[in-house]
Amino acid sequence: MTFDEIVALLDTKASGKTSVIEGKTVISVSPENWSEISAILKNESKLNFDYLMCISAYDKGDNKVYGAAYNFYSTVNNHYLEVRVEIEDGISIPSVVELWKAADWHEREAYDMMGLKFEGHPDLKRILLSDDWEGYPLRKNYKEPDYYHGLPVPKDKSYWD
Amino acid sequence: MEANLVDKSVIETGEMVLNMGPQHPSTHGVLRLKIHTDGEIVSQIEPVIGYLHRCFEKHCEKLSYEQIVPFTDRCDYLASMHMDHAYSIAVEKLLDIELPDRVEYIRVIIAELQRIASHLVAVGTFGLDVGAITPFTWTIRDRERVLDLFETLCGARLLYNYIWPGGVSHDLPPKFIERALDFLDYFDPQIDELNNLLTTNKIFIERTADVGILPPEVGINFGVSGPSLRGSGVNFDLRKNEPYSIYSKFDFDVPVGKGEMGTIGDTWDRYYVRVLEMRESAKIIRQACAELPGGDVHAALPKKIRPNAGEVYGRYESARGDVGFYIMSNGKNIPMRVKMRSPAFCNLSVLSEISEGWMISDVIAILGSLDIVLGEIDR
Repeated sequence: MTFDEIVALLDTKASGKTSVIEGKTVISVSPENWSEISAILKNESKLNFDYLMCISAYDKGDNKVYGAAYNFYSTVNNHYLEVRVEIEDGISIPSVVELWKAADWHEREAYDMMGLKFEGHPDLKRILLSDDWEGYPLRKNYKEPDYYHGLPVPKDKSYWD
Repeated sequence: MEANLVDKSVIETGEMVLNMGPQHPSTHGVLRLKIHTDGEIVSQIEPVIGYLHRCFEKHCEKLSYEQIVPFTDRCDYLASMHMDHAYSIAVEKLLDIELPDRVEYIRVIIAELQRIASHLVAVGTFGLDVGAITPFTWTIRDRERVLDLFETLCGARLLYNYIWPGGVSHDLPPKFIERALDFLDYFDPQIDELNNLLTTNKIFIERTADVGILPPEVGINFGVSGPSLRGSGVNFDLRKNEPYSIYSKFDFDVPVGKGEMGTIGDTWDRYYVRVLEMRESAKIIRQACAELPGGDVHAALPKKIRPNAGEVYGRYESARGDVGFYIMSNGKNIPMRVKMRSPAFCNLSVLSEISEGWMISDVIAILGSLDIVLGEIDR
C-alpha cells in the first residue's frame, strides 16, 4: 500500500485520530489515541505492520516538546510507515510492548536517553546508562555533571596534561 | 522444547541467580547476563548492557556529517565497512545525490569482502563457544587475508573510514581486483574444509541442533534480523527484497534455515546460514569484479554536506542484520538527531525468550549463534 492508501484506510477505521505532517510522509498521532491506532496498525490485515524497526526519541530543542518516531515495516505486505507521537515534558506515551516485543528495549532506551515515559511498560528502567545516572543525556538542554559519585569529571585536556 | 528435565518431586530445586560476565570469554565482549536458573535449567535471562556505551548519538549532534564516519566505524568493529556504508546511504538519501557506477561497484565488492570477514569471526567464535578450537584458528587465518586486502586499500585493518557520504576515500590500489579474486579462489575450498571439520562434526551437531529454537513469528515480533532471522526460515534479505546500491544487478541466493540437522530455527541453522552466505558473497564479488567500470571515485563527493531540513530512515543489510540510520536534519551542517537502529541490540533482546528451558551451557551456544557485537549494541 502507498502512504496515501494507508492514510485513507486509517481515516475510515479511526476518523480524525491521525493527521499527516505537512510536507512529509509521516503520520502524527496524539498520545491519547496511540494505543488505539497502534492496535489497528498491527491487527488490521491490510496494514499488518508486524515489524517494528525502530523507535527514535527526539528533542525539538525548545525544552518543552519531545517526541518518539516509530518506523514500521510489514514483512507480509512490504510497506512502510513512520508515526510520530509528540508530547510535552512529563506526559507519558502508551507503551506498545504488548503488540511488538521489539518495543521493550527501544522504549527503555528512549526513556534512558530522552526521558520519555511509557505507560504500561513492564519494566521501564535505564538500559545503556547505569541506574543511578542523573538526567537524560540526549536532551538538548543536558549539562554534563561536574561530579560523578564525588569524583570530578574532566572537561578539558588540562586535567590529564 | 523439553522443559521438565528435572523431576521436581524427587529433587528439591530453588531459583538461583547466576551472573555471567561482564568479563566472560563466552559473552563476546562486556555483556553481563543475569541468569535465573532452576538447578541447571534456565528460567529467565536479563541481559545487562551498556558497559561499552560511548555516547555515539550525543557525539553525532556536535559533529558535521563527514566527521561522523569514524564514529560509525567504531560501532560494529567487526564489520566497519557495513556501518560506514549504511550511514553513507542514509546521508545520500537525505542529500539526494547520484553516485558514479564505479563507486557503487567498489562499495559492493568491499562490503561483501567485509561480510566474509565478519562471518568468519562469527563462525569461528561460535565453534570456540561450543568447544571446537581448531576451526577458530582456521577462520581467523582466512579473515587475516581479507584484512590484508583492506590494508592495501586504505591503510587500516579494522577501522577504515573508507566509505564516505558521496563516494569512497581512495580508488582501488593497483592489482586489488586480482588479489581479491586470488583470495576467492583460495577461499572456496576452505569453506568445504570448514564444513568437513565443523559443520558436519557429530559433537558439534549434538551441541547445536535442536537447541534454542527461534520460531519465525517470534523473531519478527522481537525485531530480529539478518542471518539470525533467516536461520528460522524467513526469506528476508534487504539486498534481495529492497535492493539498495546496485545489488539488483547481481545473481545470488538468500540462504535460509531448513532444519537439516534438527528443527528449523535452531542454533545450527543460524550457524549454517552464515556459512552459506559466505559463498553467496563470493559469488557477488566475482560478478562485481568482472563488470567493474572505470571513472572518478571522487566525482560525487559533496564539498560541504548541508542537507535540507527533513528526515530519513535508511536501511542496510549488514553482517548482523538490518541496520537503520534515522537522521533528522534542520538544515545545518550538523545533524539534529542521529539514531542508529542496531541489529545486534534487537537480536540480543530475544535471548531470554529462546533460552528458557535450556541448560546454562546451551545459553552459550544460543548467544554465540546470535552473533552479537557489543560495540554496536551499546553504541
